Amino acid sequence: MTPPLEVTESAAEAQPEVTLAGMSKKAIQGRSLSQIAWMRLKRDKVALVGAGVIILLILAAVAALVLDRFFNVIGPNDFHQDLIDTEGGTLAPKGPFGGMSLEHPLGVEPVNGRDLLARIFAGSWISLLIAFLATVLSVLIGTVMGVMAGFFGGWIDTLISRAMDVFLAFPLLVFAMALVGVMPDTIFGLGSETVRIGMLTFIIGFFNWPYIGRIVRGQTLSLREREFVDAARSLGARGPYILFRELLPNLVAPILVYATLLIPTNILFESALSFLGVGINAPTATWGGMLSEASRYYTMPHFMLWPGLAIFVTVLAFNLFGDGLRDALDPRAR
Amino acid sequence: MNNKRLVTAVAAGAVVVMGLSACGGNGTDGKNGGGGTKTPAFNAALTETFNPSDKKGGIVKIANAGTWDSLDPGETYYGYSWNFLRLYGRSLLMFKPAPGGASNELVPDLAESLGTPSEGGKTWTYKLREGIKYEDGTAVTSKDVKHAVLRSTDKETFPNGPAYFEGYLNLPEGYKGPYKTKDMDTNSAIETPDDRTIVFHLKQPFGGFDYFAHLPQTVPVPEAKDTGAKYREHVISTGPYKFDKNEIDKQFNLVRNPEWKPETDPNRKALPDGYEVTMNVNADDIDNRLISGDLHIDITGTGVQPASLSRVLSDPALKASADNPTLARLWYTSVNPTVAPLDNKECRKAILYAVDRTGYQTAYGGTFSGGDIATSLLPPQIPGAEKFDLYPAGPDNKGDVAKAKEALTACGQPNGFETNIAYRSERPKEKAAAESMQQALARVGIKLTLRPFPQGDYFSQFAGNPPYVVANKLGLALNGWGADWNDGFGFLSQIVDSRVIRETGGSSNTSVRIPEVDKMLDEAIGETDAPKREKMWAAIDKKVMEEAVILPGVFSKSLILRGKGLTNVFVSDAYGMYDYLAMGVE
Repeated sequence: MTPPLEVTESAAEAQPEVTLAGMSKKAIQGRSLSQIAWMRLKRDKVALVGAGVIILLILAAVAALVLDRFFNVIGPNDFHQDLIDTEGGTLAPKGPFGGMSLEHPLGVEPVNGRDLLARIFAGSWISLLIAFLATVLSVLIGTVMGVMAGFFGGWIDTLISRAMDVFLAFPLLVFAMALVGVMPDTIFGLGSETVRIGMLTFIIGFFNWPYIGRIVRGQTLSLREREFVDAARSLGARGPYILFRELLPNLVAPILVYATLLIPTNILFESALSFLGVGINAPTATWGGMLSEASRYYTMPHFMLWPGLAIFVTVLAFNLFGDGLRDALDPRAR
Repeated sequence: MNNKRLVTAVAAGAVVVMGLSACGGNGTDGKNGGGGTKTPAFNAALTETFNPSDKKGGIVKIANAGTWDSLDPGETYYGYSWNFLRLYGRSLLMFKPAPGGASNELVPDLAESLGTPSEGGKTWTYKLREGIKYEDGTAVTSKDVKHAVLRSTDKETFPNGPAYFEGYLNLPEGYKGPYKTKDMDTNSAIETPDDRTIVFHLKQPFGGFDYFAHLPQTVPVPEAKDTGAKYREHVISTGPYKFDKNEIDKQFNLVRNPEWKPETDPNRKALPDGYEVTMNVNADDIDNRLISGDLHIDITGTGVQPASLSRVLSDPALKASADNPTLARLWYTSVNPTVAPLDNKECRKAILYAVDRTGYQTAYGGTFSGGDIATSLLPPQIPGAEKFDLYPAGPDNKGDVAKAKEALTACGQPNGFETNIAYRSERPKEKAAAESMQQALARVGIKLTLRPFPQGDYFSQFAGNPPYVVANKLGLALNGWGADWNDGFGFLSQIVDSRVIRETGGSSNTSVRIPEVDKMLDEAIGETDAPKREKMWAAIDKKVMEEAVILPGVFSKSLILRGKGLTNVFVSDAYGMYDYLAMGVE
């Protein structure tokens, strides 16, 4: 056994080799990991723009929910058939650019003349709500399962890992369509809309957990062999302490990054389900549902443009922010 | 790295902009090549012949976006197929190849005259024309017609065909068609006393049997050449054209049949030298080729695709080459008296008064591709149909809110009520109609919740399943019905007869449960005097409307294009599309 290093006096008085001009001679304060990450994030302009857009979107969604459901002032389902060309028979909005006007800044839908801006605005909260709730669900299940598989190992790991394989191989779209077919419209006295939102959240969230589960399991596997875990264990720490105090704080970064990247995927997934007709029931506006309707009128591109653009901007903002967050938290992962 | 992401963002934005500019307009010349004796105009072929000519020769080019259900006359069940089949087969009777309403008249084809009823409509006798031969030169006899009808009753071999004959003919117990029960005596159903006479015996009197005699199932099939389910690959022709090359579900062509003699046939002109038919062609491609003149006929006759619709309607030159026939099809909404509070007639009336008729019409596609607003059940081209309106919807046809509120008060629900409306989720038009009704009925306090169902099980499990309707409070259900042929029996019997309702589901009638109507139907069916019978259909229509159990929506219309260079083009009301028998090419 080698003797411990001898600490000389001079080492205790160690000074930085270079001192920048203007810097005080005060001792440099240690920065926490999150401080460093925040510093890096602040320098990333693209991620900040993404974050700004996300905040705006969330504010808009909350405003839409309140205004539409409690004050009923948006009117996303109001018909304006006087703005539709019924005489000529094309059923397209009158006027250029899909009937854009001061009253209807983004124009109106063909056939029934519903205001597009109102529908996109009113549809925002459903898209975001489902995406957020589904992400929370995936992250919760994925983290618990991943940590358990990675930490305990053995037959528990085998069981959970095979379960993940099954979930990954599951034909999700087909299942979603079948489930919608047999789902009653009201359960426990809840309205059809609440039931649908809950069901979509469940489908999207419940079947996406293996992705995050695998990441967490891998991280746990490598973390539990680290020295600090060994140290804690040799000090007498038990399983729960190691799990919650030693492992989980180190897992926060990858989980957070993955969650921000999962939200846009879920927004797209919700749109896809609405597009396939298994989303929220008509006439409630959702972005995917609007796209689905617009696809029948491909000669009137304005109808498709606005909901498409809304999805596009949202997904892009979350992706850019998630990307920046990953760079900030884990620079080696570039 | 950050730069890389910035580039991604910019590039993605650029893609969006490029996608937009690609959606710009594309102009085409809308010139119409009519140029005959008549100038092209919108609806020019609707009630009279467009570009009449007797010039023979040329090939008519036809495309089908899908495929035939079957080319076999014993099995095919599409209107366009019945229309086209007259080129290669002759049934006992046929609809007159004449423009507009004149086409609803039945005229003898293989038979010498219309049927002669006896025993009060229980027995019908037809006599065949002399000198009619198959494409191979053998003579057609009444035994061949008998064989054709009998083989069509074998639904294991021909599952898709109409089932009228086995339903009405007095066939022996356990009869399974000439393939499986060959030696069974079928004279109780059809007799052939000589080679030119055929006698049909029915279970009960049926006044409209002549309509059965027009079915392609009476096109003679020689027993020696009958190959059962494979007969569709080479149908032995009795008409002016015969099959030359036939690749099932891909393409086939028809050439002249030298054994067909014009003197035996007063109805067919047989102008072109042949027909070329391609199947599984993209529907939008068919429209474009019709407009460019590359193609003569879109055989299904259901009208142009939504993309071409606005193009045709907004281009005057293109519009002048289009026709807009009304079909014998009603899009309607069942108002279910089994669901409270719709068990009260006044509450049903409130719905009929409150609905926005123009909104309903727009939902189905507007005046051109949607249809005309319906106020009663029978489409106008059905003989005997009367136009009446028991629930006038105000001067602008947007619903009579005051009358609806009055009816609601009389019903004891002055503040309205809540119910559900069912529609088929695959049908955007029905969804739009349901949304329109939701808006319109909200004006009087009736709150509708939209309930989409898959169309495959729509009638068997959901909107056509009476216990499900009650349990799930489906007060309203979107529905539609088209007759197999233009006659009150074909149109009404399946949608207003309460005896077709099955507790296990499957019927498109769910809401009409009026014993008096059932009795009126039975009386009308047995009536052999046509004008008398037609009046009875109208009376049934009125009775159903008085009970307010059906909310009529629109009589369906389609927008069809006249191919360039066609002569003798006219719309046949009997088929709701161009008549394919009379056309020629320039």
